Amino acid sequence: MSAPAITMDVRRIGDEVAVVDIKGEVTAACEPVLMSAYEAASDGKTTRLVLNFAGLEYMNSGGIGMLVTLLVRANRQRQQLAAFGLSDHYREIFELTRLDEAITIFDSEESAVAGAGSAR
Amino acid sequence: MTETAGPDRVRSAEQIGLSAREAAAPPAPEGQKDSPRNAASWAKKVERLEVDPRQGVRGTNVVGRRLTGPVQGFGKMWQKSYRMKAGTQVTPEQAIATWKEHFPEFWPKGNRFSGALTGINPGDVALLDLAIGGGVKLSTGVFVLYADAESFTLMTPQGHMFAGWITFSAEREGPEDGGETTVQALVLMRANDPLYEIGMMLGGHRKEDKFWAATLTALGRRLGLADPKVETKTTCVDSKRQWRHANNIWHNSAIRSVFQTFSRKQAT
Repeated sequence: MSAPAITMDVRRIGDEVAVVDIKGEVTAACEPVLMSAYEAASDGKTTRLVLNFAGLEYMNSGGIGMLVTLLVRANRQRQQLAAFGLSDHYREIFELTRLDEAITIFDSEESAVAGAGSAR
Repeated sequence: MTETAGPDRVRSAEQIGLSAREAAAPPAPEGQKDSPRNAASWAKKVERLEVDPRQGVRGTNVVGRRLTGPVQGFGKMWQKSYRMKAGTQVTPEQAIATWKEHFPEFWPKGNRFSGALTGINPGDVALLDLAIGGGVKLSTGVFVLYADAESFTLMTPQGHMFAGWITFSAEREGPEDGGETTVQALVLMRANDPLYEIGMMLGGHRKEDKFWAATLTALGRRLGLADPKVETKTTCVDSKRQWRHANNIWHNSAIRSVFQTFSRKQAT
C-alpha cells in the first residue's frame, strides 16, 4: 500500500478545543495519520475536536469508515466531534451516510469552535 | 437478475479499457472545479429508498426505508475483514470488474441478490432474499453508496440485520510483498436492534463469516484460483451498545419477513 497523500496538523484553541487541519486525500490508508493527529489533539483536557476539511482533495468510502472509528474513540473520551470547510459535495456525503448526525457540520471555524450558531 | 453462468475468464485490462485512476477520476467539468475527482463514484443523496419490483425476489422491507450506518445501529460495533490473495495474473481492476459484473452469482446457495440490470453503480438499490432457516427468507436490500474501478461499497437500510457498510476492494501488494492482488470484503457494522444483536451473538456472526468466506471463494474460483483461501479478521471497535437506538426493532425485516411469509402462505 502506498504512503497516504495527506497531512493533518493539530492546532490548539484554548485548553478544551483542538482543530485538525486535514490536507489531501482521506482514505482508509491514512488511518495511522489521523489516529496520531487524534493522539496529539487529545491531551486529557480536550472536550471538542474540530476537523477542518477545507484542504480535503478526495475522500472515498474507506475514509468515511475511518471517521466512524475516530468518532468511537472520541465518544469514549466524552469528546464532541465537529467539522467545517466541507464542500457541498462532501457535505452531501456526510448527510447521505448520516455521519452528520454524530459529527456536527458548521459553516466556519469560529462557529465550529464555539459549537453553536450556524450548524447545518 | 437470474443466477446465470458468466464468462470463464476475466477481462483483460485492455478490454476493460480504463485504468483504475482514469475510471475513478473523471476530470471535473468546466464550472464544477469544486467537484472532487471521484464525485461520480458517490451516490447522490437520498432521504428514503425507492425501487421498482424485480423478478425472483420478494422485494419487501426496502421501499421508503432510510439508510443506516454504524452511527444509527444498536449493537456492538465490529469491523470484519475477509481477505483472499488472487495471485499476480489478476489486476485489482479485473478482480473488481468481475466481482461487480457477477456479484449475485458468488452468493451462497439459497440467497438471492437482485441488482439493477446495469450492474453495480452508485445509487443503485439491490433487493435481497436471505435464507434464515425454517423456510423463511429475510427480505431486505442494500444501496450502492460508492463504486469506482478498485472498490465498491454497499450500505444497509432500516430493518436490515446490521447497520453499516460493506466495502469490496482490491489492491496490488508491493513487489517486496510478492506483488499479488489481494481482494477484500470489509464490513463495518452494528446489529440494527436488540433482537438482531442476540441473533448475532447466537451464531449470526459465525453465519456471516461463512457467508462472506463462501462468496470470496466463489470469486476466487471465477478468477481462476485452484484453491482460494480466505483469511478472516474480526475486531470489536466499540463494545458499547447504543440503547437509544433499541427502537430500531420496529423496522426489523426478519420479524416482518416471517409475517409476510405466513400471510402469503395463508393467502395461497
